[in-house]
Amino acid sequence: MQSDPDPSRKYGLPSLADVGTLVRLAAIGVMALVFVVAFAAAAGWLSPARLTQDKMMDAFTDANGPHPGFRRNHAKGVCGTGTFQSNGKGERLSSAAEFKSGEMPVVGRFAFAGGQPFVADGSGIVRSLALSFRPPHGEEWRTGMLDIPVFPVRDPEAFYEQMVASLPDPATGKPNPEKMEAFRAAHPETVRAFGIIGKHPFSSDFANETYNALNAFRFVNAAGAVTPVRWSVVPEAPPAPPDRPADQDKNYLFDALVAAVHQGPLRWHLILTVGQPGDPTGDATLPWPDDREHVDVGTVTIDHIEAEAPGNCRDVNYDPLVLPAGIKPSDDPLLSARSAAYSESFRLRAGEPKTPSAVQIGAEGGK
Amino acid sequence: MARVTANHVFPLFSRILHWVMAVLILAMLLIGIAMVAALDDYHRLVSIHKPLGILILILVAVRLINRLFQPPPPLPEAMPAWQQFIAHASHFVLYGLMFALPLVGWGMLSAARYPIVLYGTLELPPILPHSLALYTALRGTHTVLAYLLFLTFLAHFGAAMMHALIYRDGVFQSMASWRARRDKS
Repeated sequence: MQSDPDPSRKYGLPSLADVGTLVRLAAIGVMALVFVVAFAAAAGWLSPARLTQDKMMDAFTDANGPHPGFRRNHAKGVCGTGTFQSNGKGERLSSAAEFKSGEMPVVGRFAFAGGQPFVADGSGIVRSLALSFRPPHGEEWRTGMLDIPVFPVRDPEAFYEQMVASLPDPATGKPNPEKMEAFRAAHPETVRAFGIIGKHPFSSDFANETYNALNAFRFVNAAGAVTPVRWSVVPEAPPAPPDRPADQDKNYLFDALVAAVHQGPLRWHLILTVGQPGDPTGDATLPWPDDREHVDVGTVTIDHIEAEAPGNCRDVNYDPLVLPAGIKPSDDPLLSARSAAYSESFRLRAGEPKTPSAVQIGAEGGK
Repeated sequence: MARVTANHVFPLFSRILHWVMAVLILAMLLIGIAMVAALDDYHRLVSIHKPLGILILILVAVRLINRLFQPPPPLPEAMPAWQQFIAHASHFVLYGLMFALPLVGWGMLSAARYPIVLYGTLELPPILPHSLALYTALRGTHTVLAYLLFLTFLAHFGAAMMHALIYRDGVFQSMASWRARRDKS
């Protein structure tokens, strides 16, 4: 390219009469489009059938109605704090800071499963305990546990299908039995899981209930050895069958929990269940054999209880994949989906106006 | 095509930084937009997103310091002033976003009280207090800035291709040349 009398001329609008220029401009457009399409594909905009966080959140809203400011699931709850006293016996399985001998604060939350923050208490509602272990030098561990022995569904798709199949039919106001039947026919693992759950007795109270982390995790010890593990917290208070009618106070189970903590600290033992090769880690609908080794690794003490409020358990996302270095996720597909859904629920509710939670602590404690 | 002369080529270290960061940032944008929809792949994507964001923050700091010591070659004198202004302004915006996105990400995770685990026991301290209001503001900002970065990237790419294929003035070669900076005049 030589002496152009005015070199700045080429920076003007390209001449569209020139075929070569047109082809090159088109090439630039196509290359830019490739990036746009890649972005759209990554975002999932080109695969509308795919199950996304948005669809999952919408299904919760369809099932429970809108409840701005509250968790999309496990909406009704109360905060309990205390300590975890580790006895050091977990160290052979995991290098996590939580299992070294010593004491650390714990921030917990007792709740009902389900997305209704003002649902009336009942002994047939699944209860949960979420805990955040906070060792002094990082490596926080969060876990959400349920008082059922296995999870009813195997993967996020089944979770979603079950929720959609259970939605009330606009015509009858009740779930459509045909849709429920179709779901059960397609998911024999869920039918089996409900069989196991149905035989499992609920305990009378939050305070004397066992809560199970139903997903398996991989524990890695200091030597790098990997062990599949599930865990539970087992109460020191003896379990008892539900003994009160559900039609009293609509917070009677939560009020009993508050009263129990005000009487004295509640204690649970953190029990690790050590899996063996071949035990299913990728399917939370399947129990492990009863004879698996149980290791009592320490005591969770809840000695303070308070209503959900800014800065306490209300503002914690009990994402089950907030894990210390010595605990890794297993191949269970529910784990990543739970992490995603909890985080999206947290993002949504963080930006919504707040209403006081159903469970409040009265002046006399409990009522 | 205009000759690429020694003082019209970016120093080798600057070119390496540019292309490494180009790949990382593009990957970061795709991972980011994918993970906010994902369920099955969410954890895998987030586990890459956080340390990669911090790596980009470190690299952009190195890059800014490098730029102060090794300034970029001048744009062609023939380029109209308004185009030169847009070029400089877009680079300013790119630097701003490369700093802002990881810092806003770090801040929003801090405000949500998420532990910021990079790898194993390597964790970053929180840089903001636990506050849902702060988290909400920063989480929204993170999304807006990410879209802005993608749009600025598209403009940057389009302009680079205009220089390469239409203007053919050596500006693209100043960053895309494989050769070492030549010393002959």
